Amino acid sequence: MIFRVIWFILWTVLWAVYFMLDGFDLGAGMLYPFFARDENLKKDILNTIGPVWDGNEVWLITAGGATFAAFPTTYALMFSYLYSAMLLLLFSLIVRGVALEFRGKAEGQNWGKTWDLAFFLGSFLAALLLGVAFGNIFKGLPMDAHGYHGSLLGLLNPYGLLAGVLFVLLFAVHGALWLSIRLPGIDKAKKASALAGRLWYPLLLAAAGFLVYTAFATHLYANYLGYPLLWVLPGIAAAAILLIKFLTLTGRDMAAFLASCVTIVAVVFTGVAGLYPDLIPSSLDPAYSLTLFNSSSSVYTLKIMTVVAVVFVPAVIIYQFWIYRIFGRTNTSGRAEKEKAAY
Amino acid sequence: MDTLALSRWQFAITAMFHFIFVPLTLGLSILVAWMESRYVATGEETFLKMAKFWGKLFLINFALGVVTGITMEFQFGMNWSAYSRYVGDIFGAPLAIEATLAFFLESTFIGLWVFGWDKVSKKTHAAAIWLVALATNLSALWILLANGWMQHPAGYVLRNGRAEMTNFFAVATNSYGWLKFLHTVLSGYVVAAFFVMGISAWHLLKKNEVNFFRHSFRIGASFGLAASLLVVLAGDFHAREVAETQPSKFAAIEANWKTQSNRAYSLVRIPDVKRERNYIDTLKIPGLLSFLAFGSTKARITGLKDIRADLRPPVMITFLSFRTMITLGFLFIILAIFAFVYSRRRELETRRRFLYIMLYAIPLPYIAAQLGWIVAEVGRQPWIVYGVLKTKDAVSSAVSPAQAWTSLAAFTVGYGALAVVDVYLLGKTARKGPDDLVAGYGAAAPAGEERP
Repeated sequence: MIFRVIWFILWTVLWAVYFMLDGFDLGAGMLYPFFARDENLKKDILNTIGPVWDGNEVWLITAGGATFAAFPTTYALMFSYLYSAMLLLLFSLIVRGVALEFRGKAEGQNWGKTWDLAFFLGSFLAALLLGVAFGNIFKGLPMDAHGYHGSLLGLLNPYGLLAGVLFVLLFAVHGALWLSIRLPGIDKAKKASALAGRLWYPLLLAAAGFLVYTAFATHLYANYLGYPLLWVLPGIAAAAILLIKFLTLTGRDMAAFLASCVTIVAVVFTGVAGLYPDLIPSSLDPAYSLTLFNSSSSVYTLKIMTVVAVVFVPAVIIYQFWIYRIFGRTNTSGRAEKEKAAY
Repeated sequence: MDTLALSRWQFAITAMFHFIFVPLTLGLSILVAWMESRYVATGEETFLKMAKFWGKLFLINFALGVVTGITMEFQFGMNWSAYSRYVGDIFGAPLAIEATLAFFLESTFIGLWVFGWDKVSKKTHAAAIWLVALATNLSALWILLANGWMQHPAGYVLRNGRAEMTNFFAVATNSYGWLKFLHTVLSGYVVAAFFVMGISAWHLLKKNEVNFFRHSFRIGASFGLAASLLVVLAGDFHAREVAETQPSKFAAIEANWKTQSNRAYSLVRIPDVKRERNYIDTLKIPGLLSFLAFGSTKARITGLKDIRADLRPPVMITFLSFRTMITLGFLFIILAIFAFVYSRRRELETRRRFLYIMLYAIPLPYIAAQLGWIVAEVGRQPWIVYGVLKTKDAVSSAVSPAQAWTSLAAFTVGYGALAVVDVYLLGKTARKGPDDLVAGYGAAAPAGEERP
């Protein structure tokens, strides 16, 4: 029991960290065509995420791998039931990854334009699809003893779409804040921070709408009624969202970016705390929900995986953090310049 | 075609496409790391230029290896959900370990390597590419331990309607997986060595940057000679393991129909699958097959006739793939010996015909590596997990043929387009040579994303 719960939490952590990290580079990808008109700014944006996007995406691979290892039945059914959506997600990620790596390796206007479009579309679609997928998981999938009764179009229900829009906006704000702390030069950074401030309004609207709609479209709040302490999670999410606006207004971009990180993590935890003990509820009959009891690996395997996670995940966090700091350095001078100018 | 057949085609296409990029990554990461270390040790600019030039080709290739790798992880769940449910308890662990131990290391430090030329010390920068090389090879280990388990299941029990892990140590030390790992990474080193030698040969023929490419060729030749010898040796050990643990695969790779002791090895053989015999079977070396398989000319070898027809793998494709791979393997040794000798004697530029051969030899190790996987995977049929689960029972029931057709078409077209772009970029970058690459440290732009 205890190891199943541990892995339920680790599963959540892996997804949350993935969204927190890849969120800003997906967001930067979505804003890219609107934000950057000239080639120099485009390269600046690409250079902020170039060193880190690959490492960020591995959190997705690890979240997928951990789902496979710890909850094989959930992995098997989630990926095969959502086949067409997964295919689209795969292609979005492939296209944007290739765009990022290949754009700078040849010249020519069409070459650049093609990869720019691919980078934007891949980033936008990946964010949207991940949101739609999680929205539908919160809502539950139409599955019973006979298997799955849904379709790709069925996933695009109003609640799923709202979750998609929420993810897109969360990542867009996150991406704009990332650019505000990493773009070299005061003007660009200011422009990015102002953009984050503007995108914040629709984000607030979507987040509020999502919280309300969740009460009608899902059973997530049932756990909250049973354990009122859980309200801390959406409380943190709400406070962090408000902080983003406050901090951007007062010019503290780094703190605003961190608040955005907290927002994303808290949103994921808010949803998954409502799911517990389900990983994927059935919208037809709770007896066919995939729970941490009926879809997990054996306790032996979970123990082995716990050892691996406890030893290596902290190491990963340490060296990734180190890399983030190394690539933060040049821009600290940019930020200092900005702060000086603000006086 | 039904979902099963479509899913098999899709897995074959996506896995083979993925494995175009993996072997070069395995070997070239080590070569680039070696070149950069030589620069750090000697301070010679040529080595830095080398690390940058071959590093750029490495990155183009690496990017596609990464993105096509995501497909592989998703596909187990998407198309093979019955398999994933049945073996996830044991098969998921090495996959998750691969991501945690290797993928993070590789993808984090490749970022540092590409963008960190002026951000960290020379030693740290060289250490970054060594970590990438270590991580790619470590990732090969874990994925091949996972595959090794499918080939020769160990450390599990069938319980609760699935295979459950009972002994992680047995999974992690599975000799089948380790031998396969050695054989596979060494084949990747051969691919990289011939890649470096082939491109160097082209430039030497054109008399571009002769010193740079003579030197690159020499590094490739030493590495290639060692790797091509060792890959055959590891392959021999691996084949012995197959003879012991997978008699049906071993019978198929040799098209060996009758169970007999003291089996000869036929240098020329063409199987007649319908009549369960061989059309042509000549130039026999007595007792050699028994000796190769079990270390004794007397040893008894199981023939296909003694394996139930529905438990035999497709004989023709397995046999031909294996024979061709072996032939290529010996060819690589011969070419590597000449390459080594000519480059030591500084005769390369005069051996124009040999340089042409080396140029056109670039695809051959790739082909050998692909054939090796055909032997491994087709030769395991009809099993997906040898002796435990059949491929036909492993497919997703929720996926309709229409969905599978769509994804198969999407992968074929999408990957085809990626292949075109990849070949274009590699060719362009390789032909351009190292001229325009910044020679020194502290240069204006990182190697990956040059600013205008």
